[in-house]
Amino acid sequence: MKKYDAIVIGAGHNGLTNGAYLAKAGLDVAVLERNSYIGGATVSRELYEGWTYSNCSYVCSLLRPELVRDLELPRHGLQVVPYGGGVTFMRNGDYYGNFYDHERQYREMARHSKRDANAYERYTADVMKQTRLIRPFLLKTPPDPTSLKLRDLKDLMEYGKSFMDLGEAGLIDALKFWTKSVGDFLDEYFESDVIKAHLGGTGVIGTALGVYSPGTAYVLLHHYMGDVDGNVGSWGFARGGMGSVAEALAKSFQGFGGEIICDADVDQIIVRNGKARGVALKNGTELYADTVVSNLDPKRTFLDVMDEKDLPGEVIKKAQNFKIRGSSGKLNIALDGLPSFTGLDQGSPLMLGDYHFSDSLPRIERAYDDWKDGTWSKDPYVDVLIPTQTDPTMAPPGKHMMTVFVQYCPPKVHGNDWTAEDKAGFEKSVIDQIAAHSPDFKDLILHCETRTPKEIEAEVGLTEGNIFQGELTFDQLLFNRPFPGYAQYRGPVKGMYMCGSGTHPGGGVMAAPGANAAREILRDLRKPNTVPEGYADD
Amino acid sequence: MTDYDVLMVGAGHNGLVCAHALAKSGRKVLMLEAGDVAGGCAATREFAPGFSVSSCAQWLTQLSPRVMDSMSLVDHGLQFAARDLASVSLAEDGDHLVLRGAKLEGANISAEDQLAYEDFSARMMRFTKILAKAFSTRAPKLVESNFADRLTLIKLGLGLKLLGKNDMNDLMRIILINMYDVMEENFDHPRLKALLSLDGMLGSHMGPRSPNTVFGYLYRRVGNLFGYDGPAQLRGGMGALADAMVASCKAAGVEIRCGEAVASIDSEAGQVTGVTLASGEQFSGKLVVSNVDPVTTFQYLVGYRNLETGVVRSVSNIRNKSGTAKLHLALSGLPSFAGLSAELTGHRLVIAPDMNYAERAFNAVKYSEYSKEPVMDISIPTVNDPGLAPDGQHVISAIVQFAPHEPEGGWDGHRQAFTDIVLDLLERYAPGIRGLVTASELLTPQDLEKEFGMTGGHWHHGELSLDQVMMMRPFHGANQYSTPVNGLYLCGAGSHPGGGVMGLAGLNAANEIIKRVGAA
Amino acid sequence: MAGADERMLLTTPFHSRVAAACETNCWGNWKGYTTPNSYIDVELEYFAIRSTTGVFDLSPMGKYRVTGPDAEAYLNRLITRDVSKIREKRVGYTVWCDDEGQVLDDGTIFHLGPNDYRICAYARAIDWLLWSAEGFDVCVEEETQNVAALAVQGPTSCAALMAMGLSGLDALKPFGIEYFDFEGEQLMVSRTGFTGDLGYELWIAPEKAEDLWDRLFAAGAPHIIKPFGMEALEMARIETGFIQAGVDFIPAEETIRQGRSRSPFELGLDWLVDLNKPVFNGRKALLDEKSRGSRYRFAILDVAGNKPANNSFILKNGKQVGVVTSAAWCPTAKTNVALAQLEMPHGAIGEELVAEIYYQRELHWTKVNAPCKVLESPVFDPPRRRQTPALPY
Repeated sequence: MKKYDAIVIGAGHNGLTNGAYLAKAGLDVAVLERNSYIGGATVSRELYEGWTYSNCSYVCSLLRPELVRDLELPRHGLQVVPYGGGVTFMRNGDYYGNFYDHERQYREMARHSKRDANAYERYTADVMKQTRLIRPFLLKTPPDPTSLKLRDLKDLMEYGKSFMDLGEAGLIDALKFWTKSVGDFLDEYFESDVIKAHLGGTGVIGTALGVYSPGTAYVLLHHYMGDVDGNVGSWGFARGGMGSVAEALAKSFQGFGGEIICDADVDQIIVRNGKARGVALKNGTELYADTVVSNLDPKRTFLDVMDEKDLPGEVIKKAQNFKIRGSSGKLNIALDGLPSFTGLDQGSPLMLGDYHFSDSLPRIERAYDDWKDGTWSKDPYVDVLIPTQTDPTMAPPGKHMMTVFVQYCPPKVHGNDWTAEDKAGFEKSVIDQIAAHSPDFKDLILHCETRTPKEIEAEVGLTEGNIFQGELTFDQLLFNRPFPGYAQYRGPVKGMYMCGSGTHPGGGVMAAPGANAAREILRDLRKPNTVPEGYADD
Repeated sequence: MTDYDVLMVGAGHNGLVCAHALAKSGRKVLMLEAGDVAGGCAATREFAPGFSVSSCAQWLTQLSPRVMDSMSLVDHGLQFAARDLASVSLAEDGDHLVLRGAKLEGANISAEDQLAYEDFSARMMRFTKILAKAFSTRAPKLVESNFADRLTLIKLGLGLKLLGKNDMNDLMRIILINMYDVMEENFDHPRLKALLSLDGMLGSHMGPRSPNTVFGYLYRRVGNLFGYDGPAQLRGGMGALADAMVASCKAAGVEIRCGEAVASIDSEAGQVTGVTLASGEQFSGKLVVSNVDPVTTFQYLVGYRNLETGVVRSVSNIRNKSGTAKLHLALSGLPSFAGLSAELTGHRLVIAPDMNYAERAFNAVKYSEYSKEPVMDISIPTVNDPGLAPDGQHVISAIVQFAPHEPEGGWDGHRQAFTDIVLDLLERYAPGIRGLVTASELLTPQDLEKEFGMTGGHWHHGELSLDQVMMMRPFHGANQYSTPVNGLYLCGAGSHPGGGVMGLAGLNAANEIIKRVGAA
Repeated sequence: MAGADERMLLTTPFHSRVAAACETNCWGNWKGYTTPNSYIDVELEYFAIRSTTGVFDLSPMGKYRVTGPDAEAYLNRLITRDVSKIREKRVGYTVWCDDEGQVLDDGTIFHLGPNDYRICAYARAIDWLLWSAEGFDVCVEEETQNVAALAVQGPTSCAALMAMGLSGLDALKPFGIEYFDFEGEQLMVSRTGFTGDLGYELWIAPEKAEDLWDRLFAAGAPHIIKPFGMEALEMARIETGFIQAGVDFIPAEETIRQGRSRSPFELGLDWLVDLNKPVFNGRKALLDEKSRGSRYRFAILDVAGNKPANNSFILKNGKQVGVVTSAAWCPTAKTNVALAQLEMPHGAIGEELVAEIYYQRELHWTKVNAPCKVLESPVFDPPRRRQTPALPY
C-alpha cells in the first residue's frame, strides 16, 4: 500500500485547509472522508430536487480572510455575499428590525427605546474592544502557560502585552466581559426586552448554556469577531451554499497535488512504538503515513479512532470530560414561494437577514430550561434565514429555501434515543413557532429535512451534533482547547495531530484550526512554513 | 467633634475586625451601627418568645484564624457548641448520606465514590491554598501595579506553578466551569453530587449548572484550611461571635454606638469629611470606613451626586440580588427525621436529592418565582446548644433556596404559600414536624435586606461570581478598599475576598488603611 | 414628521424651504437628518456669512432639556464649567468628560429659566445624560425633534432680524437669550453661533418653522440674506478656530483603541475647566493630568503657502510630532489655517514646525513640506462679534 507523507482524517473545511497547507509545503497528502461527499459540516446537499440545502452550517463570516486569499478560494469558485437585515418578531405583533444602514438602525432602536438606541453606540464600541483583543490570536498557536519553553514564554508575553495595553480599567472590563453572562452584559446597556433578546441570542447559539449562564458573553463575541470584506461583525452567504467553501478548499488542495479519498471510513489510527504510522479503514485497507491529522472532534479522535492502549490515561480522561454537547437542531425547508410575515412588508430589507421569534431573554432562558430537563425547547430560540433571496443558485426561480437553526435540542430525549414521534414533536414546535408569525408558511412547505443532534452526529460525525466540536466556554478556549496541555495541535502520540474546530480558535467555519495545525506540523517536520500570518488589526 | 481618627459606618463582623486592627494601630475608632446590636450577619435574635436563632449566618465555616488570634476571641468568651459537624444529605426513605470530614457513610455509597471523594477533596485543598493566599491580601492591580501588587502576583503565579502541570491545568479549567460537570466527572451517587454542588451555590444566584459555581465551592472550602473540617456552631448562636468581637474591640478602645443609623457619609471635593446620623448629629473626620455594602455606601450614603458618572454606572452594575431565604421554626419537641440517628440530628442536614432537583429549584428564581421544591441547609442548633430554646423545646434555622428578591406582586401575597412549600417539604423528611411548629418566621431576601442593611439581601454584599471577585470586587476604582472618595474605605463583604463570616475583608482593609495612612 | 417616509433619513421642519433653495441638490447626513452640503456655491455661501447674512438649518443639533430642582447641581456635576456662572437667559459653551477626564462632547448650555436648561450637543448623549441623572432630582429629556432651529450669522444678521420685527435685538449681548413673539408662538433668540462672527440662533416650535423661514428671508432680502450648507460652515468654523466632535477629537465613549480620546487640556479648552468646583466628571483625572502633564496640545497653525494641510503629518526636525485634524484656506483672513494635535512638549505659541502636505493637480501629486507656526489666537475674530449694541452691517 502506498505511503503518504501525511494523512488527514475528515474532509471538513479544517481538514481540507490543513491538507492544503501541508500539500503546499510539498508533502504528499491524502484527506480521507467517510461520506461519499466532502465538506463535513460545510456542505451543500440536494435533498429535494431543484433545491440546495446548506444543511449544517449556513452562513459565513468567521472564515479567515488571510486563508481565503492565500488559498485563492475566490479563484476556486468561492463567493461570499454579505447580507443585511434581520428581525425579531414580538408576541404583541410588533417587531424589532436590524437594518444595514446605521441611521435606519438607530431610528428602529429608538422606536423601542431612545436610550437603548444611544447606548447601542457604546455597546458596539465595547464589544469591538473585546474583538480586537481576540482577533490577532486567531491565526496563532496558543502558548502553554505551564511551559517554560522560550517560545511559549514569548507568546505569553505577547498575550500579556496586549492585555496590558488595555490599561487597568480596560483590562478589568475585559476580565469581567469574559466571565459574564450575555444576559448580565446586555442588562448593563439596554432596557428594551426585544433589543436584548435580539442581541443576546447569539450568545447561546450552538451552546449548551442559557443567556444567564456566566461565560456566554464570550459566545456572543465569537459571533462578532468575523468580518466580510473588513466589516467586522458582518455575515454573508457562500454562493451555492456552504458546500462552496469545501469545494473551493478541495480544489485548492488538489491544486497543490493533494488527494481526496471519499468513502474511506477510518477505523483506527495505527500507532507503532509510540508513533503514528497510518490509518486502518473499516473496509480493511491500511494507509500509511508518519503524520496523521485528525479533523474529528476530540472525543471521536481519542475515544473512537484511537486505541486506548496507545494513549496516556490522562488523555482518555480529558477526552471523556471534554464538553461537547448537543444543544442545537436544524430544519431545512423547501418553499413553494416567499412566505409573508405578519407586520412586515413583503420585500422589506429586514427579510434578507435572520429572523427570530424570542422577544425577551427570559424566553430564551426558558428554552434552555427545557434542554436541561432533557427535551427540546417548546418555545425554541430559532435563527431563520431565506438565503434564496440573495443567492439565486439554491432554488428554482421564485421558489425559496429556508434554513432554521434551533436552540435547544438535546442529543437524547430524557436520556433515551430519539423516536420518530419525538422528532415530529420537535419539528412541530419549530414550525408552529414560525407559522404563528407567518400565516402562509405551512402551505408553502414542499419538503422539510429535520435534523436533531442524532442526525447531525450520524451524518457529519460531530459528537452529540455539537456544531463547534466542543463547547465554546472559557475552560475550553485558547490554551484549554481541547484540553490543557494539548492545545498546540499535537496529540499525545508522536506524529499525531488535531486540526478540527475542537482546537483553538474553535468552530464557526473559520478554517483557522486547520491552518494553525499545519503550521505546527510543518515546524515539527522542519519544513518551511506555508501558513500566512494574520492581518494586523490596527 | 473630631475626637476620632476613624469613623466606621456599620458594625458587622468585618467592621469589628477592621476596627479592632485600627485601634491596635493606635487609632481612636468610633463605630456607628444602625441596629440594636453589633455583629451584622453574625447575629442571634429571639424570633418567638423564648426561642432564639442565628438570624442570618447559621454556621461558622471559615472564620480566619488570624482574626481569631489577633482579636483573642476565645479570651473574650467565644465558645464552640460543636465543631467539625457532618453534612447529612437527607433521603425521604431514611437512607441518608453522611459526609464526615473526607469520609462518606450510608446510602450505599460505593467504594469508588469514597476513593474518588478523597482524591477530589485532596485536590480541592491544594487549589484552596492558592485561593487562601489571594484572600489574605488586597487584590492586586494588574497594569498600574506597584511593588506590593507585583509581589502578590508573583506569589500567586508561583503557587500555580508549584501545583505542577496537571493540577495547574485542572484548576484553570474547573475554576471557570460548573459544579454539575465537575461532579459528573468525579462521582456517581446523585446525593453526593448534589450535596457538594450545594456548597458551590449557597447564598448565590446560581444553580449547579451555572459556570462559576466551582469557584463558590472552593471559596467555602477555604474554611478547611482555617481549621473547619465541617461546619461549626457557636454557643449562643452566631451572636456570640459578635459579642466576643465587641468585647475585644472595646478592650482595644473602640467605641461602639448601636441604634445610631448613619444617614450620610459626607464629602467635599472628593474628600470625605465625616458622617451625619439620622438624628442629625454630625461627626467630622478625614477617615471613614464603610462596613455596609457598596451599593448602600455609594448610592445612599455618599450619594451618587457626589460621585462621577462612571462610578455610578459601576455601582449600578453590581449584581446583588439574593435568591436565598431564611426559615426559623420554634418547635415544641425534637423533630424526628426518618432514619436519622439522634446523634446526627445536631449536624448539618441538607435537602438536595440530586443536581437536577437543585437546578430546577434555581430555575424559578431566574424568573422572580420561588422554587416549588427548594433546596435546604438545615440546622437544629438546640441539639448542641439547648439554651436557645426553653427546656425540651427546639428551634430550626434553615437556608432555603431559591426565593426571589421580589416575586410578582410583592412578597405579601406569597409569604404564606412559600412557607407552606417549605414546611410540606420538611414534613416529607421529618413526618410530624408540622405538628411541632409553635412559631415560624420566613425571612425573604427583602427581609434580610431590611434587617441587615444589605442591598438585594445578598449575604456576600454582591454575587460571588468570577466577574465580581478579586480586582473586580466591588468595581474598578474601589478594589483595594480605598474608594473614589479620598479617605473613604470599604471593609465589608462587598470587598475582596467576600463574605461568609471569614473576617478577611475587614482585616485586609485595616492593613491597607494602615499602609496608606501610615501608623498613627 | 407628517408625510415622512420612515425608511428614509429624517427631514427637518424647514425641509420644504431648504429643498427649494438647494440648487446644487447636494445632500449629506447629519445625525440621521438630510442636510444640504451646499445650496448654490460654497464660496458664495461662505461670503454670505462673512459679508452679509447666512442662514443655516440647525435643527438636527442634539437638544436635551434639563428641568427640576437639581438641574443646576446636575449640570455642575456633568460639565467642566461652573454652571452657576451662567445666569438666566445666558448661554455657555462647555465640554463634558468621562471619569478619566476625556472629552465626551462639547456643546452649549442654555439657561432658559429657573431650574430649566437646554443642552445642545453634537454627539448623541441621552444615555450618558440619564446615567448622570442618577441621584439627582431632575428630568432629562431629548427634545431634538421638538425644536426647530436656524443659525442666522453675519454682519447684517442683526439688521435682518430686526427688519423681521425683533425690535431691540441689537441690545442683546453675546451669549444672551431674548424671547420674542412670532405669530403667537414664542421665538427664542440667542446671540450664539459656530461661525465666529456676529450672529444669532433662532429656536421655535416646528409648526412655525416654515413661516419663520419665509418671513426671515423676506425681511432679510434687503440685507442680502442667503442660506448656507455644511461645507461653508466648515470653512467658517476652522477660520475662527472652533473644534468639531468626530473631527478634531473623537468622543471618548466612541473610541475603541486605548489612548485615542482627548482631555479638555489637550484640546486647548483649559479655560472651560473649573477645578475649584468640588465634584464633576473627570475632576480627579484632570487634577492628576494638571500635575502630571498632558500628552497632547491643540494648536492653530498658520501654514505657509495656499495648499490646505488636510490630513498632514506635522514634523519637527523631520520627526513626526503631530497630525492635522482640520484645515482650510481662509478667504477672509487670507490665511492657510490648520487645527492640529501635537505631542507634548510641542505646540508652544510661536513654535515653528513643518506640515507635510500632499496635493494633486490633474492627477499629478506633489508633496510639499510647508513651514508653519503655532498661532496665539484664531485668525478671524472681528470686533463686531462682541460689540453691543450690534452694528447694523
